[in-house]
Amino acid sequence: MEIEKFYYDNKIVRNFAWATVIWGVVGMLVGLIAALQLIWPVFNFELPYTTFGRIRPLHTNAVIFAFVGNGIFTGLYYSLQRLCKARMFSDLLSNINFWGWQLIIVAAAVSLPLGFTTSKEYAELEWPIDIAITILWVVFGINMMGTIIKRREKHIYVAIWFFIATFVTVAVLHIVNSFEMPVSFMKSYSMYAGVQDALVQWWYGHNAVAFFLTTPYLGLMYYFIPKAANRPVYSYRLSIIHFWALIFLYIWAGPHHLLYTALPNWAQSLGTVFSIMLIAPSWGGMINGLLTLRGAWDKVRESVVLKFMVVAVTAYGMATFEGPMLSLKNVNAISHFTDWTIAHVHVGALGWNGFLTFGILYWLMPRLYRTELFSKKLAGFHFWIGTIGILFYAIPMYWAGFTQSLMWKEFTADGFLKYPNFLETVTQIVPMYRLRAVGGGLYLIGVIVMVYNLYRTAKSGNLLANEEAEAPALAKQPVLHNPGEHWHRRLERKPVMMLVFSLIMILIGGMVEMIPTFLVKENIPTISSVKPYTPLELEGRDIYIREGCYNCHSQMVRPFRSETERYGEYSKAGEFVYDHPFLWGSKRTGPDLHRVGGKYPDSWHFNHMEDPTSMSPGSLMPSYPWLIENQLDVENLPKKISVMQKLGVPYPDGYEKTQARTDLDHQAAAIAGRLSKDGIEVMADREIIALIAYLQRLGTDIKAEPKTASN
Amino acid sequence: MKFITYLETISGIGIYPLVSLLIFFLFFVILFVRVIFMDKTFINEMGQLPLEDNKDGNETMLGI
Repeated sequence: MEIEKFYYDNKIVRNFAWATVIWGVVGMLVGLIAALQLIWPVFNFELPYTTFGRIRPLHTNAVIFAFVGNGIFTGLYYSLQRLCKARMFSDLLSNINFWGWQLIIVAAAVSLPLGFTTSKEYAELEWPIDIAITILWVVFGINMMGTIIKRREKHIYVAIWFFIATFVTVAVLHIVNSFEMPVSFMKSYSMYAGVQDALVQWWYGHNAVAFFLTTPYLGLMYYFIPKAANRPVYSYRLSIIHFWALIFLYIWAGPHHLLYTALPNWAQSLGTVFSIMLIAPSWGGMINGLLTLRGAWDKVRESVVLKFMVVAVTAYGMATFEGPMLSLKNVNAISHFTDWTIAHVHVGALGWNGFLTFGILYWLMPRLYRTELFSKKLAGFHFWIGTIGILFYAIPMYWAGFTQSLMWKEFTADGFLKYPNFLETVTQIVPMYRLRAVGGGLYLIGVIVMVYNLYRTAKSGNLLANEEAEAPALAKQPVLHNPGEHWHRRLERKPVMMLVFSLIMILIGGMVEMIPTFLVKENIPTISSVKPYTPLELEGRDIYIREGCYNCHSQMVRPFRSETERYGEYSKAGEFVYDHPFLWGSKRTGPDLHRVGGKYPDSWHFNHMEDPTSMSPGSLMPSYPWLIENQLDVENLPKKISVMQKLGVPYPDGYEKTQARTDLDHQAAAIAGRLSKDGIEVMADREIIALIAYLQRLGTDIKAEPKTASN
Repeated sequence: MKFITYLETISGIGIYPLVSLLIFFLFFVILFVRVIFMDKTFINEMGQLPLEDNKDGNETMLGI
């Protein structure tokens, strides 16, 4: 058998590793700023670019796609080459993957603070960036599949299956959720509306967690834990079951983000059932990771790498137990819209993704630079301060979530809400927000210490850019086809077949969930009095989206007495049929706004947007003085109307030509007139007028409904 | 893109979740049985894949 000599590309791994570290610091720093904003609104700096509504998506995107994204590529480019006994398929594609990904991150970091957003969580980036992501993902896919195809190892190790499933599923998720119709460069409307948009978004949102934050990291777990512990995975059999069960089940669980909403009931139940079943593969995976260390626990005491990995896998286990619990309707009734969700995701992000990344980096960097880690003491310090940071983050957030939820739901003996003023339930948990910021701060200090440690490590060594290796060529090994062999063994040699199988698996779930909602009219009972937004309201809605109001305000009154008492009638599916995109939100840092229309006079909204504390003393909401100064940009109005028409919103034919503009001016003048009566002089062409028009419209349509129709 | 109007009704929508549950259950049982009966030496071989380039045991720890 002829032995071939080849070289692993370590330079690309190094590049991704440093990008992981740098974006990690940036993303977490932005997160810390967002945490401070929720304690002292002064940290919003009264600038449009730095308000919470724009900073929060920047934080989530930076951590998910910049920090974890680069972390995935770091571990994947390192392990894939070694598991395939081959250099990456193409150095050019590797470099395009690297620089393209960084460019997309920069585009996100610029466009999100500027207010360019689709409003869909973790998919906020506008359509040109969406297209760039698609192209880049294909580049990555070609590079990965190419490497697997030209490998020198006969079998495909389980880590690679997770990588393949990640590639194919993220592609499907991203494309399906990004169907949007451009209005202009950097502005688009989702092709789906209301309930359908919500279903697609949370099918995406949940599976972004599954296939971006989980499956690739499980791949890394299956490679790096055996590596660091120097022993094979506890049960390879279990890993096969783990893989297939996990990818099959995960894709169904999305609707658990929409429990008690206007989503059809059968879809909610489906989401819950599959979420509960997910405990099995998730815990199978966790046990497999932890038991890999059987008989090697003494090493955990000495090795900071293993310490990080053990905590990471434990956090994975906790988060994946908690997730199914949160998808039970009775638990979700308490947890949803509160900081409980924030605690849950941070156990995952800080514990699972963060700590596994740190463990891998501490293991990897000394190897890439052919030296010893600069300081084991500092790495140990990082481990402990990071762990304490997670506790200081998560525990106060659980506390805050419970407290606020119970306050929302508490009635007096006479049957009135005990805390009718929403703000009371917010000021109550501010001390928890302070502790959370401390936790986040500690965690970030640990990361900064790691940066120094890794920098000094790199300085003391020199990069082994091309690592020499040898292996026999695959083609020269005995015949591949063997009729009597095990089916899975065959699958393990055929990457494309694996890709297709994974694709079929996830498509079954996605299609069964979504197609009925698209096809069946009876799933979305229409309400005859629900009409399209007026041109001014549509513009106001776009300002609501631009400012990221949905980050703190839901538009979804759930059918609980505590909510109908507080906000008004519960939300019906038919009310959202013209909402491109839907704006239900996922967190109530402020009150729900679905029934805010007509609740306050126009002047209240004006004063509140100028300075929230003038209307609600102690409010944590940032001020929006620029809405009063900025002239409303109506240049794209005709295009917006015609795009909406194409999406099925029944504006009259030719409405966009002149009538839309006339209606807009008319409505704006009326609002300016009402404000003037209350002693507020403002020109009718300001942005605030449009926003007030939208807020006053919210949830009012059904009030015009004749009493016969119901949901 | 008026998705809602392509078809007016599908009768028996409840069959969707039921069928999907069944598909998964059958798949899972078959997978489970087949994995149980997989060849042990092959399983061990697969588990060793990441460790093949660990030439000596101490190298992996590098003291950290």
